Amino acid sequence: MAKGRVEIATEFCKSCEYCVISCPKNCLAVGEKVNSKGYPYVVSANPDDCIGCAMCAQMCPESAIEVWRG
Amino acid sequence: MEKVYTKTQGIFQDVVSGFCPGCMHGTAHKLVGEVVEELGMLDKLVRVEGVGCCGLGQSYVSHDVIIAAHGRACAVATGVKRCSPDSLVYTYQGDGDLASIGLDETVSAANRGENFTVIFINNGIYGMTGGQMAPTTLVGMKATTAPFGRNPKEHGYPMHVCELLSQLTAPQFIVRTAVDTPQNVIKTRKYIKQAFQNQIDGKGFSLVEIVTTCPTNWGYSAKDSLTFLREKMFAEFPLGVYRDKDKEEA
Ligand SMILES: Cc1ncc(C[n+]2csc(CCOP(=O)(O)OP(=O)(O)O)c2C)c(N)n1
Ligand code: SF4
Ligand code: SF4
Ligand code: SF4
Ligand SMILES: [Mg+2]
Repeated sequence: MAKGRVEIATEFCKSCEYCVISCPKNCLAVGEKVNSKGYPYVVSANPDDCIGCAMCAQMCPESAIEVWRG
Repeated sequence: MEKVYTKTQGIFQDVVSGFCPGCMHGTAHKLVGEVVEELGMLDKLVRVEGVGCCGLGQSYVSHDVIIAAHGRACAVATGVKRCSPDSLVYTYQGDGDLASIGLDETVSAANRGENFTVIFINNGIYGMTGGQMAPTTLVGMKATTAPFGRNPKEHGYPMHVCELLSQLTAPQFIVRTAVDTPQNVIKTRKYIKQAFQNQIDGKGFSLVEIVTTCPTNWGYSAKDSLTFLREKMFAEFPLGVYRDKDKEEA
């Protein structure tokens, strides 16, 4: 069981990758799908490794990431 | 599972910001929202906005906004706070706005120790208008108005706002910080909270400078702009607390 979970509001993501490089568990990656503004948005590629630390969310300039822990 | 991070009510929930990918104006906006939400004072919050990419914030933040004429935010905020002392007042200004056209208003408000909070976004460039040289542009850094790079003989040297203002007697709190790592984001949130708490406690002028990226006008991807930020911007603009009267008195 993963210790944490993230939800990415895909329409808000601008693909800056600040979250990707800040995740200590390498959970996140730019996905293959594109949002309506044309940005390939970030997805949780390794959700099982998530520890709910919220480092990704702290970094996100667009407040696109919600985090759960427990 | 327990929710541990969510979007602040200080910005509209359904509005996508107008900022470029990787622009840290967005980070600064959410931090102000988070701090004031935590203080339970979003309904008392008044933002006095400069001119520049900060203007993209006026349809993004959910609290009251006054748009000052270019550079005049500290003068307008002085009037707002003096007439409405129960409001929680902050200016939100870029380096072109605060340190170029508005330098007089900034220095004068700081020198009077006005009781409001300044959020100062230093990205070393005029972002909104397409990359003209700012007072904070680095030596050798290219701008549309300095195509061969800033040359001190012609353009002078980068201006250090925190160092300049900390020569004055009145200011309560002056800090330069960054939001390039989760750790620095957490630190900056703490500084912004202190800057607003100072105002609530009537302690006077508090300024938080955030050294940020402008990937678009620097000509880098968001990720590469972090390298320029750390290697070049932080070298010219050292992070740290330049004034904290609480600590000096303690
Ligand atoms: C009186 C006046 N002069 C010039 C301008 C053009 N102008 C708009 S924004 C700006 C500079 C903004 O730079 P900065 O404050 O660094 O903000 P940034 O966009 O980089 O965040 C200028 C010169 C203006 N709007 N009004
Ligand atoms: S919460 Fe932590 S572990 Fe989970 S994706 Fe975000 S940074 Fe990675
Ligand atoms: S930090 Fe935010 S905007 Fe940037 S890639 Fe991650 S989710 Fe998208
Ligand atoms: S031009 Fe620069 S400062 Fe303005 S929104 Fe884009 S990255 Fe941010
Ligand atoms: Mg600027």
